[in-house]
Amino acid sequence: MAPAGLPRRIVVVGASLAGWNAVRALRAEGFDGELTLVGEEPHLPYDRPPLSKDYLAGRVDRGRLDLTAHDDVDALALDRRLGIAATGLDLGDRILRLGDGTDLSWDGLVVATGARVRRLPGTEALAGVFALRTLEDADALRADLAGGPRRVVVLGAGFIGLEVAATARLAGHDVTVVEAAPTPLVRSVGELVGRTVAELHRDHGVDVRLGVGVEGIEGEARVTAVRLADGTRLPADVVVAGIGVVPAVDWLDGSGLAVDNGVRCDGTCLAAPGVVAAGDAATFPNALFDDEVMRVEHWDHAIAMGAFAARRLLAGDGWDPAERFAPVPFFWSDQYDRKLQSVGRIGPGDEVELFDGDPAERRFVTVHVRDGRVVGAFGMNRPRHVMRLRGLIAERADLDRVRTELA
Amino acid sequence: MGWRVVVDMDLCESNAVCMGILPDVFEVRDDDLLYVLEERPADADRAKVAEAVARCPKQAIRIAED
Repeated sequence: MAPAGLPRRIVVVGASLAGWNAVRALRAEGFDGELTLVGEEPHLPYDRPPLSKDYLAGRVDRGRLDLTAHDDVDALALDRRLGIAATGLDLGDRILRLGDGTDLSWDGLVVATGARVRRLPGTEALAGVFALRTLEDADALRADLAGGPRRVVVLGAGFIGLEVAATARLAGHDVTVVEAAPTPLVRSVGELVGRTVAELHRDHGVDVRLGVGVEGIEGEARVTAVRLADGTRLPADVVVAGIGVVPAVDWLDGSGLAVDNGVRCDGTCLAAPGVVAAGDAATFPNALFDDEVMRVEHWDHAIAMGAFAARRLLAGDGWDPAERFAPVPFFWSDQYDRKLQSVGRIGPGDEVELFDGDPAERRFVTVHVRDGRVVGAFGMNRPRHVMRLRGLIAERADLDRVRTELA
Repeated sequence: MGWRVVVDMDLCESNAVCMGILPDVFEVRDDDLLYVLEERPADADRAKVAEAVARCPKQAIRIAED
């Protein structure tokens, strides 16, 4: 018998990485009450990173995307509501409303609805224009690219756009990347790294056009060209928009939860009594970075935050407030034969130090320093360094210590 | 009866996340390859190995019971 006040009916809203890791953690921690998993997509959780890489290239099949392969799904004893979106929340009466008209009552709630991809406005009816977030998006793009050599224009040189560009280029397509900023990826990895990644794509024959906006998309039934702000007309058979995502939290309008670019949590993943949030849909103050409020869209983050939020939910008032969720964010991106990895929090004002290797050889590490402390690191084909730096960033190491330990 | 760490080297791409979690068990060296230093870690490390399994970007690690 659980102590009074602790949840007995938990609903996890969102059936992707964060939600699934919350489910795993709830059961692993011994929660034996009712557990319901609600997901807008009709699938059990699947792995998204390969959608722009190995899956898009046809190197792995659908089976390899299954995130539940290592789980005993039956033993988790889930009430699965897949293919059904959450449409509303009543915090006072603790009711979750679903798109099929069902109401679910809960005494513990995990909000993990992730993010929705931005699509190019006004192109809904135009064939050949894609965005990439779901399995269906990837299947559609993969099928289209299989139709023969294409002229592919990628709009936006973020990580998803660049991964699609690399995959398409390796498959023999003509690829152009258009980016409004003068250097790609500056906000996430800084100037030097962004420049080097642009060069990496040029090494492989991608036409990388920086500092130019998009004026319009041409085509009747199917896209034929992209018009740029400088007057250039790029003939195109396929256009892929890599223009980011927005947190999928519109269903929480009027719920009473604080929502500002995601569900606002405290430093322990708690959004309200009995409610936690995790993953792309959540913001939280990170104690490791001066309580900077962050929303992190990384794969690894969804796992860590989903599991932490689950433990937090089960503890109720018994949680020690000193135990904070304070991760060192990490992401990776595979492009061509290079592995790009970033840890920590890279900001525009940071000092950047080339720590090891040489960008010209496409094998190097940069460290990013703020007020004497190492706050971030980036590596191209340098996993050992990057992961050791992750630990040092967690320990608030300064540059001298990093130099000594990684010498 | 025990358990051991199994890494599918065809899947492993040396992201080194596992090394960050349990450096006494997993090591990525300067050749960018992963070496499993301890195939049979102590039972006390099992939760951390499970974390490495969940957080491997390539889902290349598993725990085998024997």
